[in-house]
Amino acid sequence: MSAQQPAQTAALQEAPVKAPASGSPRAPLLELRDIRKIFGARPDWLERLGQRLGWLQPAATVQALDGVSLSIAHGEVVGLVGESGCGKSTLGRIAVGLHAPSSGKRLWRGTDLDALSDAERRRVGLGIQMIFQDPYASLNPRLRVRDLLAEAPRVHGLIDRPSETDYVAALLRQVGLDPAMAGRFPHQFSGGQRARVGIARALAVKPEFLVCDEAVAALDVSVQAQVLNLFMRLREELGLTYLFISHDLGVVRHLSDRVAIMYLGRIVESAPSAEIFSRPAHPYTQGLLAEAPTLKVEKKRFLAIQGELPSPLAPPPGCHFHPRCPYAFERCRFEVPNLAEIAPGHVSACHLNSA
Amino acid sequence: MNPQHEPTLVVDRLTTRFAGRGGSVAAVDEVSFHVAPGEVLGLVGESGSGKSMTGFSILGLVDPPGEIAAGSIRLKGRELRGLPAREWRALRGDRIAMIFQDPMMTLNPVLRIDTQMIETVRAHRRISRDAARALARDALARVGIPSPDERLRAYPHQLSGGMRQRVAIAIALLNAPDLIIADEPTTALDVTIQAQILFEMQTLCRESGTALIWITHDLAVVAGLADRVCVMYAGRIVEQGGTAQVLETPAHPYTRGLLDSTPAANAQPDATGRPQPLRQIPGMAPSLKELPAGCAFRPRCTRASDLCGQVPPAVELAPGHVARCFHPLPTVPEVKP
Amino acid sequence: MSETSPRPAASPADSEVERPLRRVVRAYAESRVALFGLALLLAIVLAALLAPWLAPQNPYDLMQLDMLDGRLPPGSASGDGQLTYLLGTDEQGRDMLSAILYGLRISVGVGVVATLLALAIGMALGLAAGYFGGRFDAVLMRIADIQLSFPSILVAMILLALFGQGIDKIVIALVAAQWAYYARTTRSAALVEGRKEYIEAARLLGLSTARILFRHLLPNCLPPLIVVAALQVAAAIALEATLSFLGLGLPVTEPSLGLLIANGFQYLYSGRYWISVFPGVALLLLILAINLVADQLRDVLNPRLQSQ
Repeated sequence: MSAQQPAQTAALQEAPVKAPASGSPRAPLLELRDIRKIFGARPDWLERLGQRLGWLQPAATVQALDGVSLSIAHGEVVGLVGESGCGKSTLGRIAVGLHAPSSGKRLWRGTDLDALSDAERRRVGLGIQMIFQDPYASLNPRLRVRDLLAEAPRVHGLIDRPSETDYVAALLRQVGLDPAMAGRFPHQFSGGQRARVGIARALAVKPEFLVCDEAVAALDVSVQAQVLNLFMRLREELGLTYLFISHDLGVVRHLSDRVAIMYLGRIVESAPSAEIFSRPAHPYTQGLLAEAPTLKVEKKRFLAIQGELPSPLAPPPGCHFHPRCPYAFERCRFEVPNLAEIAPGHVSACHLNSA
Repeated sequence: MNPQHEPTLVVDRLTTRFAGRGGSVAAVDEVSFHVAPGEVLGLVGESGSGKSMTGFSILGLVDPPGEIAAGSIRLKGRELRGLPAREWRALRGDRIAMIFQDPMMTLNPVLRIDTQMIETVRAHRRISRDAARALARDALARVGIPSPDERLRAYPHQLSGGMRQRVAIAIALLNAPDLIIADEPTTALDVTIQAQILFEMQTLCRESGTALIWITHDLAVVAGLADRVCVMYAGRIVEQGGTAQVLETPAHPYTRGLLDSTPAANAQPDATGRPQPLRQIPGMAPSLKELPAGCAFRPRCTRASDLCGQVPPAVELAPGHVARCFHPLPTVPEVKP
Repeated sequence: MSETSPRPAASPADSEVERPLRRVVRAYAESRVALFGLALLLAIVLAALLAPWLAPQNPYDLMQLDMLDGRLPPGSASGDGQLTYLLGTDEQGRDMLSAILYGLRISVGVGVVATLLALAIGMALGLAAGYFGGRFDAVLMRIADIQLSFPSILVAMILLALFGQGIDKIVIALVAAQWAYYARTTRSAALVEGRKEYIEAARLLGLSTARILFRHLLPNCLPPLIVVAALQVAAAIALEATLSFLGLGLPVTEPSLGLLIANGFQYLYSGRYWISVFPGVALLLLILAINLVADQLRDVLNPRLQSQ
């Protein structure tokens, strides 16, 4: 257990802070600053011509992320919660570098990743790996487990040929699989075992930071418990840092030190895990908590959140949540609320905070 | 639970087998349960437990190489097993309706909602198009769809996932069926939409007296919805009883294991501020092809003994609370440390 | 908290796990018609390969031909009594069986070589288009669209008219007429596979683009390509035969099946059917065999059927 961990459970930064010196030990491991991401292709010349002549409507663009900032300290587990289309997966893919943000910065130990050379970025990038949702699509069906695990370390010179078998065996043992399975193809495994292989593949390049994108959502309850326990054990053993993306509040509550709640491209609330589950401040968080199914045997008598998620193509103005919010008032309809600290380490973006 | 009512559906020792290379396997093995009018029965299990196949068996949708090998399915006293295909078709969509995880299993993407709904009504009843249309409109309104007249003219792709599932539910309700079988209908939906649909289904079934079988992998969903719960493992119902009985005082070690595996249930952090590891069930679910003799859960069970090499009988531990286990957990509520 | 660390998950019995290749072989063998097609194809290909050893005479060696034996019906003995013309002779006294065996050799060879070349070119272009997308993809696919909007025989005829005759020329014409099928098939497969998470994982692991393309993406795009290639071999052989029949394809010195059919065509009405019909039957059997094999491959390699 890292001793410095609670002290570094730093609050989410809603405004850019002054850049710390490069490689500063106090800098967060990964910091995302004011990330925006707009999907929708830029029109080519033919489309521009068509639009100018009035034959074509401008193509719809989706603002998947609207100025999101998130910093994650070394050894911390941050849970990122939201419903489908809220942009949590996009943020995860930007964090690992699979997507480039439309604007905003990605800092690794205080160093701007975009300022690095390609070779340096590739090296740093190995330290940030992702655990995927689909245990079937995330493993190349044509490769044996041995090659799935050993390919990247071999390419990067982390291991040599003679030590490969031992390396793969150690990885498999680390994720709770029998090393004798190294010769198998992915389709010969169950869903839970595939999830473990996926984790082993990420661990093979000795990452410090894992982004888990709905990593247990496709698994059965009993298998999910085993994999969650594996994540916790690996955190202890390897000192890993996690960004744990999930729609499942139970899973996030179980793992996270700190939780950020997203709604339609913005973070609406962020706080230490215990705090957010005991004293949720934002009406959306309150609604999510009230409506998540629990094992308590009681019939629901009321619904906290009415209506449907608005289309991300045309998000409502002002606070995105106002059409479904039981407390919405005039100001919420046109003014975007900023994230403000309402308790130590607890920020929320709601006009009720300042009302 | 209204014992004075005659149950809508009585399933008795239903066994559905699949023939394959190397012999046949029982996907559903001696499953018995009943559902009363207006009652919600939760059928819970993990993948491969046979919960969906139980639903398909009741719907008469088991195709070769599968077949219902034994047992009986009685809907309002009428035996369904062995019914000719034509009569099954007449029953489905009329007396028994179904809702799937993917609403596009029910909805035809190239037809407007009204066309599909009117067809469903007129396939089973001789009424005018206008009357059928009025019924369709009512059904949409009942499942909480705003501006139903407009939605009637829409195509499925113009609706959100939650809306589509609501339309699928409205279609299921159209002919006021005696029984609805819903297979994971909210699994793909967001938490807030799921909550709305669960809430509405409950009210609808209670009001109309429709019996509902809700098939799911999620114990938390049935906790807030079902009156009674059946837990399935490897083709058998290992425990059934009132929702409170099963979830609060589970008797079967597998049910206990499932509850302990659900993260929401035990998120109390320990002294270091970190959450406790989940109490997981060791090992993995067996393949139906190589089930151990006797209790299928035996290799993963901490309470197993030599006795478990035989198939445990269903034992009633409390009124209505039945478990198939030689070493059930005590069913009086215990105070957990 | 170490007691709860997961023990190695129990392994399912290793007995019944099938390797992908073995599954394909078993599924293929389930159809008797397909097995018959495969046997027929192997027999024809073998006969074509071994033509110099199987054929009673070398049909290209004018010294061996006896003009006096011209247009003999099937089963006739040669003038010198040394061999029997099982399938008759043509107007130059050439043994039809030998001519067909040598003709098959050329037809199969041209078809296979052209297909492999077109496959290699189309696959590389389609893979790059599917993976990188963007302008390259748009331009390439428009070219393919335009090309596919002309009948392949027209494309091939124009090219042959420009280049002239010759076995290399016809291979080029066939490749030009067919690469677009492979480019399209590969691209659509690459689009589907390229979106899967294992490709993202490979990128995160810092693997080079070439490695991702050829080791991760390409092998997973192969099944539909194999089916298309199998069908296109038949199409290439038929196209070559058509071109040769029209006199555009191969020179008379290297008679392929199409040319043999054309040679005998004028004698059809005079009752000397064998000069045209037997090469025709050989061509028919060859294409039938390929199509039978390709049909079954399509069923076996169909990913939708595979998941069961």
